[in-house]
Amino acid sequence: MSDTLTHDLIQRAATRFGVSADGIEPSNDFFDALGIDSVQAMDLLTELEDHYDVEIPDYELQDARTFEQLADILRRRGA
Amino acid sequence: MSASAQSFAGRVPSDLPGTALWPGAYASIGDLLADAFVQFKSETALIEVRRKTEGGRWTYLDVWRDTGPLGALFEAHDLGAGSRVAILMSNQPRWLIGASTAFLRGLTIMPLDYKLSGDEQAALLGHGNPAALIVEYGLWRRLPPIDVPLVIISEAPEGADLGGALRWEDLEGETFTRIAQSREDVACLVYSSGTGGTPKGCLLTHNNYLSQWESLARLYPMVPGDRFFSILPTNHAIDFMTGFIGPFACGGTVVHQRTLRPEFLRSTLRDYAITHMALVPRLLEALREGIENRLTDGPDWKKSAFSALTQVNASLTWKKPWPALSRRLLKPIHEAFGGHMKLMFAGGAFVPPDLSQFFYDLGLPVVVGYGLTEACTVVTVNDLKPFRADSVGPPVFGVDVRIAMPDREGVGEVQIKGPTVFKGYLNEPELTAASFTDDGWLKTGDLGHLDGAGHLHLVGRSKNMIVTAGGKNVYPEDVEIGFRSITSDEYAVTAANFVWPKRTMSEEALMLVVRAEDGLSEGLWREILACNRRLPEHKRVQSVLVWEEEFPVTASLKLKRGVLAEQIRAQLEPGAAHPLSEDHRPWSTAAP
Repeated sequence: MSDTLTHDLIQRAATRFGVSADGIEPSNDFFDALGIDSVQAMDLLTELEDHYDVEIPDYELQDARTFEQLADILRRRGA
Repeated sequence: MSASAQSFAGRVPSDLPGTALWPGAYASIGDLLADAFVQFKSETALIEVRRKTEGGRWTYLDVWRDTGPLGALFEAHDLGAGSRVAILMSNQPRWLIGASTAFLRGLTIMPLDYKLSGDEQAALLGHGNPAALIVEYGLWRRLPPIDVPLVIISEAPEGADLGGALRWEDLEGETFTRIAQSREDVACLVYSSGTGGTPKGCLLTHNNYLSQWESLARLYPMVPGDRFFSILPTNHAIDFMTGFIGPFACGGTVVHQRTLRPEFLRSTLRDYAITHMALVPRLLEALREGIENRLTDGPDWKKSAFSALTQVNASLTWKKPWPALSRRLLKPIHEAFGGHMKLMFAGGAFVPPDLSQFFYDLGLPVVVGYGLTEACTVVTVNDLKPFRADSVGPPVFGVDVRIAMPDREGVGEVQIKGPTVFKGYLNEPELTAASFTDDGWLKTGDLGHLDGAGHLHLVGRSKNMIVTAGGKNVYPEDVEIGFRSITSDEYAVTAANFVWPKRTMSEEALMLVVRAEDGLSEGLWREILACNRRLPEHKRVQSVLVWEEEFPVTASLKLKRGVLAEQIRAQLEPGAAHPLSEDHRPWSTAAP
């Protein structure tokens, strides 16, 4: 079950890194699903901050592994 | 323990330059801060940088006012001298406001590393047993249940369920009674290591910090208008001194930003005219790569011109920095650093000489020093008189350094005596006693020699630990817990240099020693690989050594690490360890 924010986040992240969003589930590990490393994850964070007009400290990404956890961080910061 | 007569004392005192307050005049950090709040009241103390807007700006008077609500709360809870308050925050103004409040109130502060996991932070809170915790909302949410009587959370959304904790922004008090402290009282409880093994909580006194600041201010005072960009975690000894005590003692400004993403670092350097910052070698290396990449992408004539100008600058500044000239000669480079940079402090880990030389030749002085938490911040530091990349500098004022039992090349253990040396480890009298020689010198576990000019050269480590390029101390005991699921009853993690001492400060690595009488099976190898992958990068082991004998243990079954290292050293060469990687297949090779 995917909410709008998580769905939007998956679409945006998949487009950013040139992968298909088909088959990506909210519970998937976004490092694996997107094939990215921690530096690229920071780039993604910056893009999401810009889009949702929020600011997220770097350390928040430390505990996030899945798309739904990432969406939860954005939601807590007001996205 | 005997020691050599080779020693070197810090340089001769001179008048404290600049507008710095005289640290010797104060009994405590609280006294120094109270004076700074008055003397520099209209200067800017803190700036919080956000991505699109400025998050806030505080004068010294504002900081003093903002200590009111928190100080009044401490007073209402009867927290004062003898009580501890933990601070768990990323780099931000409220860290320094919270710490200032605690110092004015006579409390001991317990700075925690916000980059540890919530479980690790909770373990240190359990060990340090603070009466209060100041924590930012995002970090509080990651903590498991903790047993701290008073928890104050900053930046929590209005109406958020905080359990029994208080929201800092809702505190209403305005004034509180200051509590005086003496130089010998404990100012900070700082954890130098230990979340899985024995936590090592260093007790550092007001005298330690004030003496350290006095020694640094003689060399590198700041003035009102200087801006220090605080990016190393403030719980780290370097940022605590250079990004809090130092600037506040001189009326400087501390700039905070809650991200280390390079694009935002660059814009802050420029937009806020940063004059000082402290870095670990890894960040310095990233900055060098950025400069080199920009050059690689440019035309050949540009590379040649840059190289020629760098040589001109290096030849004109070898005696001492000449900032105005360097900024003119190498304008694009200096503009990339904001155009106002005076000094960059580098430390926390070994700084390769070519790295600091690279920046010095560009007219961006990198000050390299050597220190350890047990001796406050720095023991030796380069003085730029002239710049030397080959050493970690001479001892700072007031601190004596000696080399114990030097070999024919003058290399031995670095030992320290002076007012910056800590009081001991919390609740660990035996560990504390073992850290000092019989005649009272602190044993650092680092190997080095002093040259004719009194500069210290580090050549290796005799203690069982590694320091990553990111400035993290990694103790093998803390890594072992990550391997508890492997099917071997006896295993130990050790620093490879501890087993086979290597005369170098670079390429430090951890090694897993595992008892496997029948050699290393494919199954065990895969278990080790899987456990290692789950560890944070800086805690991963680089190799595996198979050991067929029983591990030496004490009567209480505690591993005798030194004895195990001696036994391995006597029987095996470094080549006996298998590199730990997916491509390696050690089970097909003969076990040692």
